[in-house]
Amino acid sequence: MSAEQQYIELYQQCREMLCHHSAPALNALRQQAFEDFLRQGFPTRKVERYKYTDVAEAFAPNYGLNLNRLHIPVNPYDAFKCDVPNLSTSLYFMINDQFNEKAKPSVALPEGVIVGSLKEAAEQHADLIEKYYGTLARTHKDAINALNTMLVQDGLLVYVPKGIIVERPIQVVNILRSDVDLMVNRRVLVILEEGAQAKLLFCDHAVDDRDFLTTQVTEVFVGENAHLELYELEETHTKNHRFSNLYADQARYSTAVLDSITLHNGITRNRTDLTLSGEYAETTLNGLVIADKQQRVDNNTLIDHRAANCQSHELYKYVLDDQATCAFAGRVLVREGAQKTTSQETNANLVGSKEARMYTQPMLEIYADDVKCSHGSTVGQLGDQALFYMRQRGIPLEEARMLLKFAFASDVLHTIQLEALRDRLHYLVDKRFRGELNKCEGCKLCK
Amino acid sequence: MEEKNSFVREVAEKKYEYGFTTDVQTDIIDKGLSEAVVRLISEKKGEPSWLLDFRLKAYHYWLTQEQPSWGHLQMPEIDYQAISYYADPTQKKADDGKPKEIDPELMKTFDKLGIPLEERLALSGTAVDAVMDSVSVKTTFREKLQEKGIIFCSISEAVREHPDLVRQYLGSVVPYRDNYFAALNSAVFSDGSFVYIPKGVRCPMELSTYFRINARGTGQFERTLIICDDDAYVSYLEGCTAPMRDENQLHAAIVEIVVMENAEVKYSTVQNWYPGDAEGKGGVLNLVTKRGHLRGRNSRLSWTQVETGSAITWKYPSCVLQGDGSQAEFYSVAVTNNYQQADTGTKMIHIGRDTKSTIISKGISAGKSQNSYRGLVKVGTKAENARNYSSCDSLLLGSTCGAHTFPYMDVHNDTAIVEHEATTSKISEEQLFYCNQRGIPTEEAVSLIVNGYAKEVINKLPMEFAVEAQKLLGVSLEGSVG
Repeated sequence: MSAEQQYIELYQQCREMLCHHSAPALNALRQQAFEDFLRQGFPTRKVERYKYTDVAEAFAPNYGLNLNRLHIPVNPYDAFKCDVPNLSTSLYFMINDQFNEKAKPSVALPEGVIVGSLKEAAEQHADLIEKYYGTLARTHKDAINALNTMLVQDGLLVYVPKGIIVERPIQVVNILRSDVDLMVNRRVLVILEEGAQAKLLFCDHAVDDRDFLTTQVTEVFVGENAHLELYELEETHTKNHRFSNLYADQARYSTAVLDSITLHNGITRNRTDLTLSGEYAETTLNGLVIADKQQRVDNNTLIDHRAANCQSHELYKYVLDDQATCAFAGRVLVREGAQKTTSQETNANLVGSKEARMYTQPMLEIYADDVKCSHGSTVGQLGDQALFYMRQRGIPLEEARMLLKFAFASDVLHTIQLEALRDRLHYLVDKRFRGELNKCEGCKLCK
Repeated sequence: MEEKNSFVREVAEKKYEYGFTTDVQTDIIDKGLSEAVVRLISEKKGEPSWLLDFRLKAYHYWLTQEQPSWGHLQMPEIDYQAISYYADPTQKKADDGKPKEIDPELMKTFDKLGIPLEERLALSGTAVDAVMDSVSVKTTFREKLQEKGIIFCSISEAVREHPDLVRQYLGSVVPYRDNYFAALNSAVFSDGSFVYIPKGVRCPMELSTYFRINARGTGQFERTLIICDDDAYVSYLEGCTAPMRDENQLHAAIVEIVVMENAEVKYSTVQNWYPGDAEGKGGVLNLVTKRGHLRGRNSRLSWTQVETGSAITWKYPSCVLQGDGSQAEFYSVAVTNNYQQADTGTKMIHIGRDTKSTIISKGISAGKSQNSYRGLVKVGTKAENARNYSSCDSLLLGSTCGAHTFPYMDVHNDTAIVEHEATTSKISEEQLFYCNQRGIPTEEAVSLIVNGYAKEVINKLPMEFAVEAQKLLGVSLEGSVG
């Protein structure tokens, strides 16, 4: 039986149940997504954008799904101790793909702002969801999108209406919690209307020692003059499989900062497609990956310059150890007419062991002449001279290595604009390098 | 403005200099590809049975394959049955039993191309193997080279005279299963050059092959094999032109290079196949597999290419760095204008310890052309201390062309240092302004800047080629400024 078959059968058998526990706006795209999935199947490694991750292998095992939307008893405040302290955020929780209505922050959001269940929003504000849902994450070309769209029942909506500035960062903690191996299909919709501003922090955690498979499709709309900061932090365990597709569209004069930080994981594939569709938009896309054991991280990004006078900055750094296998493929596309584009793409990788593997592929595709685009990529080790210098001054080798690795990773952390988060990440990264990340008190995910 | 227009007009009327055809009686076999055709080619060339077997195996493998489509190219569909796979312009003389003389028409052709086949006329220090369509017309300075034990002849002759060497090395660097076009070439290859430099010999002159497509409705499938034994050295040049036709002609070649211990090979190409007209009609499809195998310790191989011609260029001269301490270099200037498309670059596969590779690639796109660099740097698990530096720059002249960079880096070793950098931009306004200010007109300034930009690569070419390359660069880009 091919890996696709079980999902096809699942859909055919459970279509009613899927629809019943979801909202019409989400159900509307289901059948088309199913047909697209049926037609495409999982991408093989011959497909350029899936060259480095075997999708079929990850989707082959038999995972349970919570199609009946059974309530999972968990007190998020108990399960989640690794909060970012001193960062006064509006804290929300998602348990698997369900928005936790009980654990809500006490501080109210500005008027009109919605942070909540996508399913409920689809029922209450159907026209809003219909306008945006599925417009960026098209199903006809990507099997993960198709699979997610056909099976998704709930997710998260962040909506900031015109001109509203949300000062307090919004933090959403995704907790994976299950007694059986579980597949989670989560959908996230972030809409910032004209002139709106918001800072979002998404943290992924896994509580139970089970195999998890998550597909997450995120669609982000940044309106004219809007400003968005979106930080994604993954801190799960080695049995976690994450397939995340993030699509963002930026209108005129908008700015966006997207950071994706993978501190601990099993198999992660992040696809990030950014479209600069209005003039003078600016985007910063950063990533930090720390991988060891047999972890696999595959970041695949596309920055699509469709309009003139836009800027993009991309920086991805990887620190690899043990048998980690990582990949980075970053494509910058400057379309015809996107003159005066400035784009800089950098990927630097530290390979710390013999068995670690790094694949990197920074690509430029340019159809306009008045542009300044560059990319750089390196794969290497810690500098002998720097190590020598430190040892000369009495710093033990291990400590010196740690310091240098830390300094290497700091480049990415410096771009984080939330000060408290930046400090906290410095602390987490330091702990991660010392192998102590998972020893924080209380967490069951610590191993 | 007036001045600019007249310049543009002048250039627009300028024609591809090598676009003439030679009226010579040519023996062309019927169009189409089948097992019988493969057998016929082999028979015409009087080949031993092992080579026929090799061809047939390749042919049957080719039948099972599909033409790849991953290149960043808009390929016209190739009808493999509409091509004649063998054309012999020397046939007329060979029939009457007399010693083979070169048809004066052919001599004239090569003279016109600036490749004199009379040794006394030749530039000192360059031996030439002239190949028209499927057959080698003449190889100069053979005797002189033979004194040193160097073998320089066409591959058909080598099959007859040095079968053991050919049999040992043919297909050992590019096996017939390597890719679609390699399989096709292995099945139907005709002439190309064969070079063998014995141990410890430094080849006293530049060896060169000149490829010419002449006959209509044919393709050229040459095969070159260079073997450089221990401590030997050779510098090899390759040039190519074709007549102007409104059909696409196929050129699917294989170049195999074997470099042994401490040996050094320099391979330079100035590729000037007919690029098609300004509307993108016609032109040569240049789909070539070139690979060098650095087998010995401290062996060195350097590819230098100046790509100005062809409607489509799809090639990656590569190096397999197997010998410990081996070094490879790749220098490339690819120029595309009008509707030309190029997807070219290199592969550096590090297998041995302490291996080093350098990639310098310069792309220049103008008109409505698309120019891509695609390269792979792979460091195997045993390639301790491997070092690679790649730099690819693209220059855009005009707002309708494209420049793309697709570097792949696969690192499986923690001692490797791999660096890649690339930039894409247009000629800076400041530089142009500076030149203008000093009385240099814009066109001239552009040409100056482009030449300066490509200098790093052109400097690597042997003298005679460098001059030609510089000229070509000028001609290819004329009319693209404005």
